[in-house]
Amino acid sequence: MTAKRSITVIVNGECLTGEAEPRMLLADFLRDELRRTGTHVGCEHGVCGACTVIIDGDAVRSCLMFAVQADGAEISTIEGLATNGEMHPLQKLFSEHHALQCGFCTPGMLMTAIDLVHNSNDHSPGAIRIGMSAALCRCTGYVGIIDAVMEYARQVHGDPAVTGDETGGGRHDG
Amino acid sequence: MKPASFDHLLPTSLHEALEMLNTHAPDARPLAGGQSLVPMMNFRLARPTVLVDLNRISDLAYISDAGDHLAIGAMTRERTIENSGLVRTATPLLYDATLHIGHLPIRSRGTIGGSLSNADPAAEYPATVLALDATLVAQSVRGERTIPAAEFFDGVMTTTLEPDEILTEIRMPKAPPGSGSALVEISRRHGDFALAGVAAQITLDGNSVTDIRLAACGVGPGPIRLAESEMILRERGLSDDALAAAGGAAAAATDPDGDVHATAAYRRKLAGVMTKRAVGKAAARARQSA
Repeated sequence: MTAKRSITVIVNGECLTGEAEPRMLLADFLRDELRRTGTHVGCEHGVCGACTVIIDGDAVRSCLMFAVQADGAEISTIEGLATNGEMHPLQKLFSEHHALQCGFCTPGMLMTAIDLVHNSNDHSPGAIRIGMSAALCRCTGYVGIIDAVMEYARQVHGDPAVTGDETGGGRHDG
Repeated sequence: MKPASFDHLLPTSLHEALEMLNTHAPDARPLAGGQSLVPMMNFRLARPTVLVDLNRISDLAYISDAGDHLAIGAMTRERTIENSGLVRTATPLLYDATLHIGHLPIRSRGTIGGSLSNADPAAEYPATVLALDATLVAQSVRGERTIPAAEFFDGVMTTTLEPDEILTEIRMPKAPPGSGSALVEISRRHGDFALAGVAAQITLDGNSVTDIRLAACGVGPGPIRLAESEMILRERGLSDDALAAAGGAAAAATDPDGDVHATAAYRRKLAGVMTKRAVGKAAARARQSA
């Protein structure tokens, strides 16, 4: 049972099949087996967020899932954002706001932001800061990243409410 | 790093999963959301030889209204709990606790049953079920048993589950009308494990406290019910003196370890401060809803 198995996933609309031992992480399967190297691997324990992809609609850490668990899943990665060579609006905003320097964290940042903006109800600045704290950047200091995501939220939803949900999507009382 | 080799079993029914676990116990581990087990495997701190993956058992993911309590399937994702209107109204403490768990992508996968079975001392759900006197349901090929939350946790990352048992359902008592609740915690960064946290559920009659439940996380080998603090507040109400005494009693009831993030003394002090803040916030919410 530790032998390789055939795994089929839909990545950015494309049906792809590869082989994975049970212990192969989904992040490694995407990169090494399917050669979709846009997804980056940082800490391998769910803290840095670089490997974040969207699976069946929800952002998840692809380093905390085994490839065998994703068999049959629909996966969105950074490679699927641009269409016909045209950057996704969020990618353009990252560029305009200087929201990346080395770019290592950017794939995870973008996938985290897309889930956050499209699937949560609270787009107040506080909620976006809390939500984006799911991904670490060691270059930018985050200001550009938050500005880009907030502008994207405004593009998608219109102006955010002045005050968001009291809990700020998870803000603690510290 | 990468995990050591293991066999991956993918049951589609609880019955099948229990048979597999029974066959392979004690080497097999159930795999729920994997947000704690997989990182431990990546670092080879855990090396199970067989994983019984519960993620394809759709019967274990549900939130249902069962009269005086919510029955929640163990494989219900934290993100589903966070987005459930039923949870928010019937068990608001569970909602509050969920928002403090990791980050959104962690909650996309993490499950309530996995978090409870993992029993991390700093985790929010163990303190929540302890504060609410929830009932946990475990099943094995030998049958089903119910475990009061107070008898479920058994030291650091240890529960009273047997190796062939799977936690299948959590029965969360509904909050009484006019009550309020809050889970507050301190962590270095949002989403980190709490240095100290307190879950509070309180029912008021005017200024007197008719029911109060408090439990702490991050300040001992497991969640700690703060019975002494509860008694003080029940007897003396919510005066500043009583709150100070309750905070002191909470600090005294804890048994924290020091580590690189905070000393034991600081965590103990935080337990008192978090108790006062949690009670204050829960009481304010109780007054709002009254």
